[in-house]
Amino acid sequence: MYYDINIKARRKTHQLFLSCALSGDDEMIRFILLQNRQGKTRLAKYYIPLEDSEKHKVEYEVHRLVVNRDPKYTNFVEFRTHKVIYRRYAGLFFSMCVDITDNELAYLECIHLFVEILDHFFSNVCELDLVFNFHKVYLILDEFILAGEIQETSKRAIIERMGELEKQE
Amino acid sequence: MEQLKTIGRELAIGSHGGWGQSKEFLDLVKSIGEARSKAEEDRIILREVESLRRRIAEPDVPRRKMKEYIIRLVYAEMLGHDASFGYIHAVKMTHDDALPLKRTGYLAVTLFLSEDHDLIILIVNTIQKDLRSDNYLVVCAALAAVCKLINEETIPAVLPQVVDLLAHPKEAVRKKAVMALHRFYQRSPASVSHLVSNFRKRLCDNDPGVMGATLCPLFDLICADVNSYKDLVISFVGILKQVAERRLPKTYDYHQMAAPFIQIKLLKILALLGSGDKQASGHMYNVLGDIFRKCEQSSNIGNAVLYESICCVSSIHPNAKLLEAAAEATSKFLKSDSHNLKYMGVDALGRLIRINPDIAEEHQLAVIDCLEDPDDTLKRKTFELLYKMTKSTNVEVIVGRMIEYMINISDNHYKTEIASRCVELAEQFAPTNEWFIQTMNKVFEHAGDLVNVRVAHNLMRLIAEGFGEDDEGAESKLRSSAVDSYLRILGEPKLPSLFLQVICWVLGEYGTADGKYPAAYIIGKLCDVTEALLCDDTVKAYAISAILKICAFEIAEGRKVEMLPECQSLIDELSTSHSTDLQQRAYELQALLCLESQAVESVMPLDASCEDIEIDKNLTFLKDFVQQSIENGATPYIPESERSGMSNVSNFKSQYQHEASSHMLRFEAYELPRPSPAHVIPHVSVPTPIADLFPVPETTCNSETSQASKLPSVAGASSAAHGIKLHLDGVQRRWGRPTYSSSSGPSSTTSTEKTTNGVTHIDGVGSQSRDKLNESRRQQPEVSAEKQKLAASLFGGSAGKTEKKATSTQRAPKGNTRNAERPGAARSRSPETSKEKAAPSVPDLLDLGEPNPTSTTIVDPFKQLEGLVGPAPMPSPLDNSVKTSGFETPDLMAAAYTDLLPSGSSSGSLSSTTTDMYSVDKTSNTATSVPSIKKGPFPQDSLRKDARARQLGVTPTGNNPNLFKDLLG
Repeated sequence: MYYDINIKARRKTHQLFLSCALSGDDEMIRFILLQNRQGKTRLAKYYIPLEDSEKHKVEYEVHRLVVNRDPKYTNFVEFRTHKVIYRRYAGLFFSMCVDITDNELAYLECIHLFVEILDHFFSNVCELDLVFNFHKVYLILDEFILAGEIQETSKRAIIERMGELEKQE
Repeated sequence: MEQLKTIGRELAIGSHGGWGQSKEFLDLVKSIGEARSKAEEDRIILREVESLRRRIAEPDVPRRKMKEYIIRLVYAEMLGHDASFGYIHAVKMTHDDALPLKRTGYLAVTLFLSEDHDLIILIVNTIQKDLRSDNYLVVCAALAAVCKLINEETIPAVLPQVVDLLAHPKEAVRKKAVMALHRFYQRSPASVSHLVSNFRKRLCDNDPGVMGATLCPLFDLICADVNSYKDLVISFVGILKQVAERRLPKTYDYHQMAAPFIQIKLLKILALLGSGDKQASGHMYNVLGDIFRKCEQSSNIGNAVLYESICCVSSIHPNAKLLEAAAEATSKFLKSDSHNLKYMGVDALGRLIRINPDIAEEHQLAVIDCLEDPDDTLKRKTFELLYKMTKSTNVEVIVGRMIEYMINISDNHYKTEIASRCVELAEQFAPTNEWFIQTMNKVFEHAGDLVNVRVAHNLMRLIAEGFGEDDEGAESKLRSSAVDSYLRILGEPKLPSLFLQVICWVLGEYGTADGKYPAAYIIGKLCDVTEALLCDDTVKAYAISAILKICAFEIAEGRKVEMLPECQSLIDELSTSHSTDLQQRAYELQALLCLESQAVESVMPLDASCEDIEIDKNLTFLKDFVQQSIENGATPYIPESERSGMSNVSNFKSQYQHEASSHMLRFEAYELPRPSPAHVIPHVSVPTPIADLFPVPETTCNSETSQASKLPSVAGASSAAHGIKLHLDGVQRRWGRPTYSSSSGPSSTTSTEKTTNGVTHIDGVGSQSRDKLNESRRQQPEVSAEKQKLAASLFGGSAGKTEKKATSTQRAPKGNTRNAERPGAARSRSPETSKEKAAPSVPDLLDLGEPNPTSTTIVDPFKQLEGLVGPAPMPSPLDNSVKTSGFETPDLMAAAYTDLLPSGSSSGSLSSTTTDMYSVDKTSNTATSVPSIKKGPFPQDSLRKDARARQLGVTPTGNNPNLFKDLLG
């Protein structure tokens, strides 16, 4: 009995990706990806429920979309019913999937703010830092963005919070 | 700032003490980092997953070790491998008392589990406990998990505690509690509807972070119900004013802007609240004006705020001064070299022209540049703008462009969208019926399987009804040209099914109407259609019905129908078909062939597709029968709404919600489903089955055809004779004659006449004002002739009928040159931009874009369809000149671009691998072009890090040197 209900629920959430887009008023970040030029995932955070196979597809498609774009072009690409805002730092692509009607520039700067936070935390962050400390990157991200919304935009507040967490280790 | 850096440095040093993990794990990450291919990576991870599976199940794994295993599982999952065997261990780890372990546990479960996972119920208890913890870091960790894992069913279990946390002394907890409640609202709005006052209270929180977070749920709440929050306008305006005046702590500054992300959110909210509300908008004018004045235009974030302000201004009650400022900002966006800003500009323009369409005129060239830009994102945005500014005067050019673009894209999602937009615009603004049919043909041909069935029905109706005027001659001309074009198009391979349906229907109705083609020829063509490889049942049904009609018309005319062998074999095939519908049609055709001409004429009257069939929805003629049955003891019919079973179902959900809230959580199995209402229906007596035979029209074509096949048995042969009927219920008629189903002819006809008058009237006004503009701008520098023409046809609202035709005939060559230019598009664009720069005052193009008198006028629009099939005509000499000049000056753009960069960093940032196009804004960072100081402010840290990495064996000369590049270098 219980199992049945779960299957139904899963099916329901699986359509969320599409239906959220159609409703339009549910503005939120759908996922954040950090990928290198070869398409290896360095970090993946999903704020919407997706099946594993779907995640692979998303990561593959997003990488293909952004990797060969002319740097002169816009930093925005349409992705299915959404939009991917991406920015490249050295060999890393930071991509963020948002609503089609959202303020693209603001999210572009949101990515930059995130990188600035990482840069402060790791002092001169490089890809290697993120590779070896991915779980800390997740924690920083959780302080910055929660449930698909930007929750804190003060660099200092986030760094301080991380400091308190680090002390516990 | 300096202090902040110190904190960061200390942290980094602390956290980097050998990266705190075992050698094994570091080796794993290293080998993954250096893996050359995806396959190699997969092999490494699979090995890792196997070893973890074994080790994690060992008894008495030390807790510290377990923590690392969990992190390694997270890593495996992140790289796309299944680690579900370890989920339970992550769940167990959330029970741990030590904070680092607990936090790792929570981090892992939020990444592993989705909100409907079975294991969630095991965590709810822990979360409840942790929300009550004295250690606020534990509470924070639990709240982060709440945001991800709590679903509709478990909300009641944690809701009271989360609400209590809104008053927690630590701002970090309050902030996360707000976000959690926001999440609850998204999951199930009803669960937190009584908590709205709490959000209002948090808006006045001392901590700007909490206030900023509160804007998220408030934005959603206001979206759902604007009117309940009008009282907050003053508060929001006050907050925005304070933010803009830099009264928030400095730490919220970002690139010299005061708390820009909070400003943006506030502007979004104000846009909602001020929309259509003059009084509320009045409060906002001042602060918006301030923002426009103060906004930093040199940084991305400044432009982001500016863009949001434009959105806000275009949404609230219009204010002339603000609109002016918004238009000015928009034009700066459009004139920018940055693609991003152009994109924002095009979007902003789309918003502003809704209020004042004249704004577009100034930016025609910039818009056309964007339209021809090789960047697809920009191009699509521009199509969106064009879609918004389509009028009857420029519809031909715009839709032409759209179709041209549509043909070349492979992305089905966008193709569907642009096809439906073409259809919408064509239906709304089509200048002539010929053009409409032509356009629809193109859409069908290239995106036929993606467009709505409704569109096909509309097209068929249009051909059937014609202009809606009493001009029989024009109507039959339209039809015969449609037939001509379709017979030609039938030669094409792989036509979409929907298009074939239309073609079959039109050929059946009008194929022989003008006597140009013999019946046998048309029948032969229809038989060919059914023999095509991909022909589905619906198309076959349309085809056989069309053959039936043609035979009927022939017989009615008294001519002998000779059965073609292929037709006979088709009938034979269909009469043994699996589809009963096709069988029925085949038998009907056979039966009809044996009838006398008079009978046939009444069964299949000529051109009767437009006649109304009256449907008596109340079934009054059955009253006597029902009465009699009831007297004989039958149970009376109970309407659906009054049945007891039904009300149960509709109440079921609310009942369930009620139960859920009173019981917190239900973990026992659910009850068996209640008896479904279907049981009630059999009790209902006589009338229903009969009613089923007169079905209320449905929206799909398939049900329509099947109805048609059902009809004969009851309603007699006459109505069945039409075979497939156009389904017109609920189809809105945008132009031409009023809707098929409308009650009476005369009244509605006059109303459409009125609207057409209205349109022409508006155009008249537009042309007057533009004529004045013409005079004022008579002497303007020349711009590329091709673009001028395009601009004139897009923006020149006053263009007369003849002019319009001229531009539309020029469309084909223009498209051709565009394709030819495409390979070198990036290059050919540059001289155009530079030209534009050379002529800062935007020239008016109306007089320059005059129609070419030598261009041919359209004789028969369907002749033009050949253009679709064959190659387009030669490009004009003008276009050639543009092209050659384009090759001469390929570096102009690059030179202009370099000039714009701050001197000193220009060459470095251009050549550096960092492809950030915003290096302009990051002057401080771009100064790092000299390699020796590349490591920025903390060279020692970097050196230390490098040394540590080398110890681990990762070297900058390894497979992936990028690993060592500073991201913000």
